[in-house]
Amino acid sequence: MSLQVHFEWKEKYILVVRLSGELDHHTADQVREQVSQAIEEKQVRHLILNLENLSFMDSSGLGVILGRYKQMKQANGEMIICSVPPSIERLLDMSGLYKIIRIDPSEEQALHRLGVA
Amino acid sequence: MNNEMHLKFRAISQNESFARVTVSAFVAQLDPTMDELTEIKTAVSEAVTNAIIHGYENKREGYVYISAWLDGDTVELEIRDEGIGISNIEEAKQPLFTTKPELERSGMGFTIMENFVDEMTIESDPNHGTVVRLKKKLSNAKAVFN
Ligand SMILES: Nc1ncnc2c1ncn2[C@@H]1O[C@H](COP(=O)(O)OP(=O)(O)OP(=O)(O)O)[C@@H](O)[C@H]1O
Ligand SMILES: [Mg+2]
Repeated sequence: MSLQVHFEWKEKYILVVRLSGELDHHTADQVREQVSQAIEEKQVRHLILNLENLSFMDSSGLGVILGRYKQMKQANGEMIICSVPPSIERLLDMSGLYKIIRIDPSEEQALHRLGVA
Repeated sequence: MNNEMHLKFRAISQNESFARVTVSAFVAQLDPTMDELTEIKTAVSEAVTNAIIHGYENKREGYVYISAWLDGDTVELEIRDEGIGISNIEEAKQPLFTTKPELERSGMGFTIMENFVDEMTIESDPNHGTVVRLKKKLSNAKAVFN
Protein backbone atom coordinates (compact mmCIF):
# COMPACT_ATOMS: atom_id res chain seq x y z
CA MET A 1 0.00 0.00 0.00
CA SER A 2 1.80 3.13 -1.12
CA LEU A 3 1.57 6.44 -2.85
CA GLN A 4 2.92 7.50 -6.22
CA VAL A 5 3.64 11.15 -6.92
CA HIS A 6 3.95 12.11 -10.57
CA PHE A 7 5.12 15.55 -11.71
CA GLU A 8 4.50 17.14 -15.07
CA TRP A 9 5.40 20.70 -16.04
CA LYS A 10 3.24 22.64 -18.47
CA GLU A 11 4.49 25.85 -20.01
CA LYS A 12 7.34 26.18 -17.49
CA TYR A 13 5.32 27.68 -14.66
CA ILE A 14 2.40 25.27 -14.27
CA LEU A 15 3.14 22.19 -12.19
CA VAL A 16 0.72 19.28 -12.42
CA VAL A 17 1.04 16.79 -9.56
CA ARG A 18 -0.84 13.52 -10.01
CA LEU A 19 -1.30 11.41 -6.92
CA SER A 20 -2.19 7.74 -7.04
CA GLY A 21 -2.57 5.19 -4.27
CA GLU A 22 -3.20 5.97 -0.62
CA LEU A 23 -2.56 9.30 1.07
CA ASP A 24 -2.32 8.89 4.84
CA HIS A 25 0.01 10.03 7.63
CA HIS A 26 2.67 7.55 6.50
CA THR A 27 2.73 8.64 2.86
CA ALA A 28 1.99 12.35 3.43
CA ASP A 29 5.62 13.28 4.14
CA GLN A 30 6.66 12.23 0.68
CA VAL A 31 4.15 14.51 -1.08
CA ARG A 32 4.87 17.36 1.33
CA GLU A 33 8.63 17.20 0.72
CA GLN A 34 8.52 16.79 -3.05
CA VAL A 35 5.90 19.44 -3.71
CA SER A 36 7.33 21.92 -1.17
CA GLN A 37 10.74 21.60 -2.74
CA ALA A 38 9.38 22.30 -6.22
CA ILE A 39 7.51 25.39 -4.97
CA GLU A 40 10.60 26.67 -3.19
CA GLU A 41 13.10 26.03 -5.94
CA LYS A 42 11.16 26.56 -9.15
CA GLN A 43 8.83 29.20 -10.46
CA VAL A 44 5.46 27.59 -9.86
CA ARG A 45 2.70 30.02 -10.65
CA HIS A 46 -0.08 27.45 -10.72
CA LEU A 47 -0.06 24.16 -8.89
CA ILE A 48 -2.61 21.63 -10.11
CA LEU A 49 -3.21 18.70 -7.78
CA ASN A 50 -4.90 15.83 -9.61
CA LEU A 51 -6.56 13.41 -7.15
CA GLU A 52 -8.20 11.16 -9.74
CA ASN A 53 -6.29 8.01 -8.85
CA LEU A 54 -6.24 8.40 -5.08
CA SER A 55 -7.93 5.30 -3.70
CA PHE A 56 -7.76 6.45 -0.07
CA MET A 57 -7.27 9.68 1.83
CA ASP A 58 -7.81 10.76 5.43
CA SER A 59 -7.21 13.93 7.46
CA SER A 60 -3.47 13.68 6.79
CA GLY A 61 -4.28 14.48 3.17
CA LEU A 62 -6.37 17.47 4.20
CA GLY A 63 -3.35 18.76 6.12
CA VAL A 64 -1.00 18.37 3.16
CA ILE A 65 -3.45 20.04 0.77
CA LEU A 66 -4.09 22.97 3.09
CA GLY A 67 -0.35 23.30 3.73
CA ARG A 68 0.45 23.52 0.00
CA TYR A 69 -2.44 25.93 -0.53
CA LYS A 70 -0.93 28.26 2.06
CA GLN A 71 2.54 27.83 0.61
CA MET A 72 1.34 28.74 -2.88
CA LYS A 73 -0.55 31.72 -1.55
CA GLN A 74 2.56 32.94 0.22
CA ALA A 75 4.48 32.64 -3.06
CA ASN A 76 1.73 34.64 -4.82
CA GLY A 77 0.72 31.57 -6.77
CA GLU A 78 -2.49 29.61 -7.05
CA MET A 79 -3.40 26.07 -6.24
CA ILE A 80 -6.11 24.12 -8.03
CA ILE A 81 -7.45 20.68 -7.20
CA CYS A 82 -9.01 18.55 -9.90
CA SER A 83 -10.70 15.19 -10.50
CA VAL A 84 -11.75 14.59 -6.90
CA PRO A 85 -13.20 11.10 -6.23
CA PRO A 86 -16.60 11.19 -4.40
CA SER A 87 -15.28 9.73 -1.13
CA ILE A 88 -12.59 12.41 -0.94
CA GLU A 89 -15.05 15.12 -1.95
CA ARG A 90 -16.86 14.46 1.34
CA LEU A 91 -13.69 15.15 3.33
CA LEU A 92 -12.96 18.38 1.44
CA ASP A 93 -16.53 19.45 2.08
CA MET A 94 -16.47 18.60 5.79
CA SER A 95 -13.25 20.52 6.36
CA GLY A 96 -14.37 23.63 4.49
CA LEU A 97 -11.53 23.31 1.93
CA TYR A 98 -14.14 23.28 -0.82
CA LYS A 99 -14.93 26.87 -0.05
CA ILE A 100 -11.40 28.22 -0.18
CA ILE A 101 -9.67 26.17 -2.86
CA ARG A 102 -10.53 26.20 -6.52
CA ILE A 103 -11.72 22.78 -7.64
CA ASP A 104 -12.14 21.72 -11.27
CA PRO A 105 -13.84 18.55 -12.54
CA SER A 106 -10.89 17.49 -14.71
CA GLU A 107 -7.25 18.28 -15.41
CA GLU A 108 -8.19 19.37 -18.93
CA GLN A 109 -10.66 21.89 -17.56
CA ALA A 110 -8.16 23.18 -15.02
CA LEU A 111 -5.56 23.68 -17.76
CA HIS A 112 -8.10 25.17 -20.12
CA ARG A 113 -9.03 27.80 -17.54
CA LEU A 114 -5.36 28.68 -17.28
CA GLY A 115 -5.26 29.17 -21.01
CA VAL A 116 -3.32 26.01 -21.83
CA ALA A 117 -4.80 23.91 -24.62
CA MET B 1 -23.31 -12.93 12.60
CA ASN B 2 -21.42 -12.93 15.83
CA ASN B 3 -17.67 -12.60 15.70
CA GLU B 4 -14.74 -10.76 17.22
CA MET B 5 -11.03 -10.11 16.67
CA HIS B 6 -8.17 -8.42 18.50
CA LEU B 7 -5.02 -6.83 17.12
CA LYS B 8 -1.89 -5.46 18.73
CA PHE B 9 0.80 -3.70 16.70
CA ARG B 10 3.65 -1.24 17.15
CA ALA B 11 2.78 2.44 17.03
CA ILE B 12 4.57 3.21 13.77
CA SER B 13 3.09 4.83 10.69
CA GLN B 14 3.82 1.80 8.50
CA ASN B 15 1.00 0.04 10.39
CA GLU B 16 -1.72 2.59 9.54
CA SER B 17 -2.62 0.95 6.25
CA PHE B 18 -2.24 -2.51 7.79
CA ALA B 19 -4.76 -1.59 10.50
CA ARG B 20 -7.45 -0.19 8.22
CA VAL B 21 -7.11 -2.95 5.63
CA THR B 22 -7.29 -5.64 8.33
CA VAL B 23 -10.38 -4.17 9.97
CA SER B 24 -12.05 -3.73 6.61
CA ALA B 25 -11.32 -7.37 5.65
CA PHE B 26 -12.85 -8.51 8.95
CA VAL B 27 -15.95 -6.34 8.53
CA ALA B 28 -16.38 -7.59 4.94
CA GLN B 29 -18.09 -10.67 6.43
CA LEU B 30 -21.16 -8.49 6.96
CA ASP B 31 -21.31 -7.57 3.28
CA PRO B 32 -21.05 -3.80 3.73
CA THR B 33 -21.41 -1.40 0.81
CA MET B 34 -18.27 0.17 -0.68
CA ASP B 35 -19.20 3.47 0.95
CA GLU B 36 -19.57 1.85 4.36
CA LEU B 37 -16.19 0.14 3.99
CA THR B 38 -14.55 3.44 3.05
CA GLU B 39 -16.12 5.10 6.09
CA ILE B 40 -14.89 2.35 8.41
CA LYS B 41 -11.40 2.40 6.89
CA THR B 42 -11.18 6.17 7.22
CA ALA B 43 -12.42 6.20 10.83
CA VAL B 44 -9.90 3.49 11.78
CA SER B 45 -7.12 5.37 10.03
CA GLU B 46 -7.99 8.53 11.99
CA ALA B 47 -8.00 6.80 15.37
CA VAL B 48 -4.80 4.83 14.72
CA THR B 49 -3.00 7.91 13.37
CA ASN B 50 -4.06 9.85 16.48
CA ALA B 51 -2.66 7.13 18.73
CA ILE B 52 0.68 7.24 16.87
CA ILE B 53 1.05 11.02 16.47
CA HIS B 54 -0.60 12.30 19.65
CA GLY B 55 -0.78 9.37 22.07
CA TYR B 56 2.82 8.25 21.53
CA GLU B 57 4.03 11.58 20.08
CA ASN B 58 5.65 9.93 17.05
CA LYS B 59 8.30 8.29 19.24
CA ARG B 60 7.87 4.91 17.55
CA GLU B 61 7.36 3.36 20.97
CA GLY B 62 4.36 1.57 22.42
CA TYR B 63 1.50 -0.41 20.97
CA VAL B 64 -1.89 0.27 19.47
CA TYR B 65 -4.71 -2.17 20.24
CA ILE B 66 -7.76 -2.70 18.08
CA SER B 67 -10.74 -4.88 18.93
CA ALA B 68 -13.67 -5.43 16.62
CA TRP B 69 -17.00 -7.11 17.28
CA LEU B 70 -19.64 -8.03 14.76
CA ASP B 71 -23.07 -8.38 16.28
CA GLY B 72 -25.96 -8.89 13.88
CA ASP B 73 -25.75 -5.98 11.48
CA THR B 74 -23.59 -3.84 13.76
CA VAL B 75 -19.83 -3.30 13.93
CA GLU B 76 -18.21 -2.16 17.13
CA LEU B 77 -14.60 -1.02 17.17
CA GLU B 78 -12.26 -0.09 19.95
CA ILE B 79 -8.93 1.63 19.21
CA ARG B 80 -6.75 2.02 22.26
CA ASP B 81 -3.31 3.39 23.13
CA GLU B 82 -1.31 3.71 26.33
CA GLY B 83 0.00 7.15 25.50
CA ILE B 84 -0.26 10.65 26.98
CA GLY B 85 -4.06 10.85 26.98
CA ILE B 86 -6.35 13.80 26.29
CA SER B 87 -6.92 16.36 29.04
CA ASN B 88 -9.96 18.07 27.50
CA ILE B 89 -12.03 15.71 25.35
CA GLU B 90 -14.75 18.23 24.47
CA GLU B 91 -12.14 20.63 23.14
CA ALA B 92 -10.35 17.84 21.23
CA LYS B 93 -13.60 16.95 19.44
CA GLN B 94 -14.12 20.45 18.03
CA PRO B 95 -13.66 20.70 14.26
CA LEU B 96 -10.28 22.25 13.36
CA PHE B 97 -8.94 21.92 16.91
CA THR B 98 -5.40 20.53 16.88
CA THR B 99 -2.47 20.61 19.27
CA LYS B 100 -0.04 19.89 16.44
CA PRO B 101 -0.48 22.59 13.76
CA GLU B 102 3.29 22.52 13.13
CA LEU B 103 2.87 18.99 11.79
CA GLU B 104 0.20 20.25 9.34
CA ARG B 105 -2.62 18.51 11.19
CA SER B 106 -6.01 19.90 10.28
CA GLY B 107 -7.91 19.06 13.47
CA MET B 108 -10.52 17.09 11.54
CA GLY B 109 -9.90 13.52 12.79
CA PHE B 110 -12.63 13.30 15.44
CA THR B 111 -15.07 15.20 13.23
CA ILE B 112 -14.50 12.69 10.41
CA MET B 113 -14.92 9.71 12.79
CA GLU B 114 -18.11 11.18 14.20
CA ASN B 115 -19.50 11.71 10.71
CA PHE B 116 -18.58 8.26 9.41
CA VAL B 117 -20.04 6.10 12.21
CA ASP B 118 -23.29 6.16 14.21
CA GLU B 119 -21.76 6.49 17.65
CA MET B 120 -18.36 7.65 18.88
CA THR B 121 -17.22 7.74 22.48
CA ILE B 122 -13.83 8.76 23.80
CA GLU B 123 -12.43 7.75 27.12
CA SER B 124 -9.08 9.12 28.17
CA ASP B 125 -6.90 9.24 31.19
CA PRO B 126 -3.96 11.67 31.01
CA ASN B 127 -0.74 9.64 31.30
CA HIS B 128 -2.52 6.33 30.87
CA GLY B 129 -3.95 6.49 27.41
CA THR B 130 -7.02 6.81 25.26
CA VAL B 131 -9.80 4.52 24.05
CA VAL B 132 -11.98 5.47 21.10
CA ARG B 133 -15.14 3.39 20.61
CA LEU B 134 -16.96 3.45 17.31
CA LYS B 135 -20.27 1.82 16.49
CA LYS B 136 -21.82 1.50 13.07
CA LYS B 137 -24.93 -0.25 11.82
CA LEU B 138 -24.59 -1.59 8.29
CA SER B 139 -27.44 -1.07 5.86
CA ASN B 140 -27.62 -4.36 4.02
CA ALA B 141 -25.91 -6.68 6.48
CA LYS B 142 -26.83 -10.29 5.83
CA ALA B 143 -26.95 -13.14 8.35
CA VAL B 144 -29.26 -11.23 10.65
CA PHE B 145 -30.85 -14.52 11.74
CA ASN B 146 -27.65 -16.31 12.74
N1 LIG C 1 -4.93 9.12 21.04
C1 LIG C 1 -4.71 10.38 21.44
N2 LIG C 1 -3.86 10.64 22.47
C2 LIG C 1 -3.63 11.92 22.87
N3 LIG C 1 -4.21 13.00 22.32
C3 LIG C 1 -5.07 12.81 21.30
C4 LIG C 1 -5.37 11.49 20.80
N4 LIG C 1 -6.27 11.61 19.81
C5 LIG C 1 -6.51 12.93 19.68
N5 LIG C 1 -5.81 13.66 20.57
C6 LIG C 1 -5.86 15.14 20.74
O1 LIG C 1 -7.07 15.61 20.14
C7 LIG C 1 -6.78 16.60 19.13
C8 LIG C 1 -7.80 16.50 18.03
O2 LIG C 1 -7.68 15.27 17.32
P1 LIG C 1 -8.15 15.21 15.80
O3 LIG C 1 -7.87 13.87 15.27
O4 LIG C 1 -9.55 15.71 15.70
O5 LIG C 1 -7.23 16.31 15.10
P2 LIG C 1 -5.65 16.22 14.76
O6 LIG C 1 -5.19 14.81 14.89
O7 LIG C 1 -4.94 17.24 15.55
O8 LIG C 1 -5.65 16.65 13.23
P3 LIG C 1 -6.04 15.67 11.98
O9 LIG C 1 -6.75 14.49 12.54
O10 LIG C 1 -6.94 16.50 11.13
O11 LIG C 1 -4.79 15.34 11.33
C9 LIG C 1 -5.34 16.34 18.73
O12 LIG C 1 -4.73 17.49 18.21
C10 LIG C 1 -4.72 15.88 20.05
O13 LIG C 1 -4.37 16.98 20.86
MG1 LIG D 1 -6.19 13.23 14.02
